Amino acid sequence: MTSSQLAMAQLNTGERALALLGGEATDANLRRYLHGIPGIDAVGLEQRAADLGSRSVKTSSKKWALDKIISLIDLTTLEGADTPGKVRSLVGKALTPDAGDPACPRVAAVCVYGDLVPVAVEALGSAHAAGSDVGINVAAVATAFPSGRASLAVKLADVGDAVRAGADEIDMVIDRGAFLSGRFGQVYDEIVAVKEACRRVDGSYAHLKVILETGELNTYDNVRRASWLAILAGGDFIKTSTGKMAPAATLPVTLSMLEVVRDWKRLTGARVGVKPAGGIRTSKDAIKYVVTVAETVGEEWLTPSLFRFGASSLLNDVLMQRQKMTTGHYSGPDYVTID
Amino acid sequence: MTRLAVPKTYKLYIGGKFPRSESGRVYEIRSHGGDFLANAAQASRKDARDAVVAARSALGGWAGATAYNRGQVLYRIAELLEGRRVQFIDEIVQTEGVTPAAASAQVDEAIDRWVWYAGWADKYVQVAGNANPVSGPYFNISVPEPTGVVAIIAPQSGGSLLGLVSAVAPALVAGNTVVVIANEKMPLSAVSLGEVLATSDVPGGVVNILTGSPAEMAPWLASHADVNAIDLVGAGELDWVHLQIDAAETLTRVLQPENGPDAASPSLARIVAFTETKTIWHTKGLI
Repeated sequence: MTSSQLAMAQLNTGERALALLGGEATDANLRRYLHGIPGIDAVGLEQRAADLGSRSVKTSSKKWALDKIISLIDLTTLEGADTPGKVRSLVGKALTPDAGDPACPRVAAVCVYGDLVPVAVEALGSAHAAGSDVGINVAAVATAFPSGRASLAVKLADVGDAVRAGADEIDMVIDRGAFLSGRFGQVYDEIVAVKEACRRVDGSYAHLKVILETGELNTYDNVRRASWLAILAGGDFIKTSTGKMAPAATLPVTLSMLEVVRDWKRLTGARVGVKPAGGIRTSKDAIKYVVTVAETVGEEWLTPSLFRFGASSLLNDVLMQRQKMTTGHYSGPDYVTID
Repeated sequence: MTRLAVPKTYKLYIGGKFPRSESGRVYEIRSHGGDFLANAAQASRKDARDAVVAARSALGGWAGATAYNRGQVLYRIAELLEGRRVQFIDEIVQTEGVTPAAASAQVDEAIDRWVWYAGWADKYVQVAGNANPVSGPYFNISVPEPTGVVAIIAPQSGGSLLGLVSAVAPALVAGNTVVVIANEKMPLSAVSLGEVLATSDVPGGVVNILTGSPAEMAPWLASHADVNAIDLVGAGELDWVHLQIDAAETLTRVLQPENGPDAASPSLARIVAFTETKTIWHTKGLI
């Protein structure tokens, strides 16, 4: 750690933002700071992402990657038609992804709507991580997901409900309308308030993932600014998308967010997680993300506390690939669950 | 000034598109006299895998189409084949070294075979299905349904076009989707048939045509858990007993190799071979 990193590490989130912004987190200060960040070379970024996506990962490396991917998945169901039964079967799958192979690792978390958190917690039982390092976390989307169009009071109540019900992680959405119209201060304050609402009675905090919904931010520069803003305000994770609109996660967008995380580590010594979500359906795609993480921020990021895949159908494809590697013949959808 | 001939690139037909082999490999196709004719794509096991994925995703639409509609679509293939008969005759003469008259006769027979099988689409259920007698006031009905994705090793000898059509057409009638490995030495008319299928009303992915070595790809298709049936009609030269054993591991239906000029001759049995019988009961109106 350099001396400047050491100085930064001793500050709390608010003080750190104050020191970096050179003043209060007002619209004007944030605008000056965020617009001062160098712009992104879009062609270069896409080229770099395409290049990272062309690596050949085979045999034992592929087997390692597949197991790693499973252990990084936030197994998700976010449908209006979700029922307690659906969540229970999701939890069953999270605990035993491949019933034919007990050596198959478990996923990192299950991600559900706030009202279904108690069902997930109960279904997990003793397998629920609940703050420990082993077990499966319960993540809840909150703050009027996916649009984020509700008053702050409603959003905070939404978060508080989920945390009290036992959610270990909260996936919040930022107010894209406010961000795009330049009201950075409002977005910042909201994240800070939500972070505070993640506080449990014992004083610990649920992990906060900030969804940028990059598909609505239009430019890579905006993605980079939103990433900085979310990290400055105290997000533990930055997440690409809700999965409710296209385009969701893309490799270039995730790469640019990983670069921000890398720069933040250089600046402050602190580690922030990244979660691409939506649109990652095949093992092949997921392996590209694993390569990108390892090459951008380093392999130490390939751990559930720093990198996640938000996905539902990805798991089945990974399991089929895994079965192919174990049995030596191609598997089919008849050999994995119907979600 | 002489004009430089523009040779055609013969590619695979997978999911309604014409990709090159994922492996980047090609192999030389030579005429009966030994002259170079073309480079054909040499498909790998991954192309076979992609073809199965394409066939699986096309299954719902094709199996769900009405029998009458499937018959029309199959008949339309015959119509288009008729319009391109000169091209097919030319390719057959070059690759098989037969007389134009014999090639013409083969194309005629292939077209007639499409028509024959097209006619069965809305009729075979009446013949293969049954209303079973029961001792109660209800119906008990057995109906054949398509089995799913069918992998086919096309005949490797005899007419290159007719052999392929004879193997593919019956599997399509009931609503199955097909992954076929064409005649290895004479695949040109198979790729051209792919072009006919692409411009007819056959939805992409219903027929997928691979060119290359059956010995290389057949084991992967036989052991593939997402293949429901495998027709080994042209696998007589391969280690087909092992292919059967591999197929049995995932309960894949198997048709055994056939040799000689009558291989895959038209029959209702070839249609019914790729079906599963569903038996249901239904209440009778007691008015």
